[in-house]
Amino acid sequence: MKKISVSFTLNGDPVTAEVPATWTLLKTLREYFELTGAKEGCGVGECGACTVIVDGQAVNSCLYPIPEAEGRSVTTIEGIAEKDGTLHPIQKAFLENNGVQCGFCTSGMIMSAKALLDQNPDPTEEHIRKSIAGNFCRCTGYVQIVESIQMAAKVKE
Amino acid sequence: MIDYEYKRPEKLEEVFALLQEYGHRAALIAGGTDVMVKIRNTKKAPEVLISLRRLTDLSYIRKNGDYHIGALTTHRMLEQSDLVQKELTALYEGASRIGSVQVRNVATLAGNICNAAPSADTAGPLLALDAQVTLHSPDGERRVPITEFFTGTYRTARKETEVVTEIKIPAHMEQFGSAYWKQSRRKAMNLPIVGIAVSLRLDNDAVSDSRIALTVAAPTPIRAYKAEEFLSGKPMDDAVLAEAGKIAASTDCCTLRDSLRGEAWYRARIIEVYVPRMARLAAERIQNAN
Repeated sequence: MKKISVSFTLNGDPVTAEVPATWTLLKTLREYFELTGAKEGCGVGECGACTVIVDGQAVNSCLYPIPEAEGRSVTTIEGIAEKDGTLHPIQKAFLENNGVQCGFCTSGMIMSAKALLDQNPDPTEEHIRKSIAGNFCRCTGYVQIVESIQMAAKVKE
Repeated sequence: MIDYEYKRPEKLEEVFALLQEYGHRAALIAGGTDVMVKIRNTKKAPEVLISLRRLTDLSYIRKNGDYHIGALTTHRMLEQSDLVQKELTALYEGASRIGSVQVRNVATLAGNICNAAPSADTAGPLLALDAQVTLHSPDGERRVPITEFFTGTYRTARKETEVVTEIKIPAHMEQFGSAYWKQSRRKAMNLPIVGIAVSLRLDNDAVSDSRIALTVAAPTPIRAYKAEEFLSGKPMDDAVLAEAGKIAASTDCCTLRDSLRGEAWYRARIIEVYVPRMARLAAERIQNAN
């Protein structure tokens, strides 16, 4: 299969991937860059486990054709902690509030929450629930996840 | 093995040239939330995908007499537009209920109508708002009323050489109020069991003009013309609205069917109940236009 070359910014660093044009951003992240934080749940944009941020917006990376990443800025769960390993406030809040059970949805949840808080630092509960409406969690009742995001918003203030 | 070439033209002329070159071997892709899912599910792909995402000029919402919405405007842009929320409320309600934030961030308005699912969430609102679809080809441009755009399930009036460039909503809609109801089991990540969009304007408390649109009520999104005719000139009272709902749900207007998501009798009941409710809501939303 013919490969194409795609250059973009990944977690702040300029990168180039040589992958088939039919690959998605998710597949490229996981199999070319070996960043396995974004998960493949459904593969068709229903579950949100693959959520990453492209140019400031949360997207399903499983539906994002890799050629579209050219020239854009992609942030994954691996790119939100500080360089010294200090966790992002949203990551800390998820830990402190037991916002994680099995963990499969967590990186997607956190990326959706980050996209929300970057755009709206003081969201209502309704805003939070809408922002993660595309992220399935089958362990919990979402309550601790919503509380984690609320706490992260408070900390960030 | 799925294989295709992925083209990223930056100008409309380049898109035309590619469509000319590849014809039916190519497909257009915008946000990809339908195209990519279809490729994955069917394990079949066209030889060439022509992406429209770099035609960034086609991403806008403007009011200049008429309302102009660029083909590549995302559902998220519609959802976050004060103009759409205030003056084209049914479209706001349709766009903001599609999928999730992740989907709405990339999925486009033209993509939603070109996919032409009977359940398309923007189709009902666009029918109720008298939208016109602008199509461009090397031969020039033409406008198709949205009432003629859906020619069958997943079929549209778009020709192979054409690209949808704009959705126009006429200025007279300023005097209408509008509302859309999506009947579904969840608040997100769901297709409607049935969708009801109503727009209307009043003259001394009588309905002087109305549009009633239904989705998942026929092979394509439709207008319930008989119900509109019945409403015309009548007062907005409960008995009148209930009768309009009954007519909209009847075989005079739609061809309801049983499916995985809901049975025909249930869809009919929802239409009967929600045509009146959406009419009331639309009436409340009429701006003080002169």
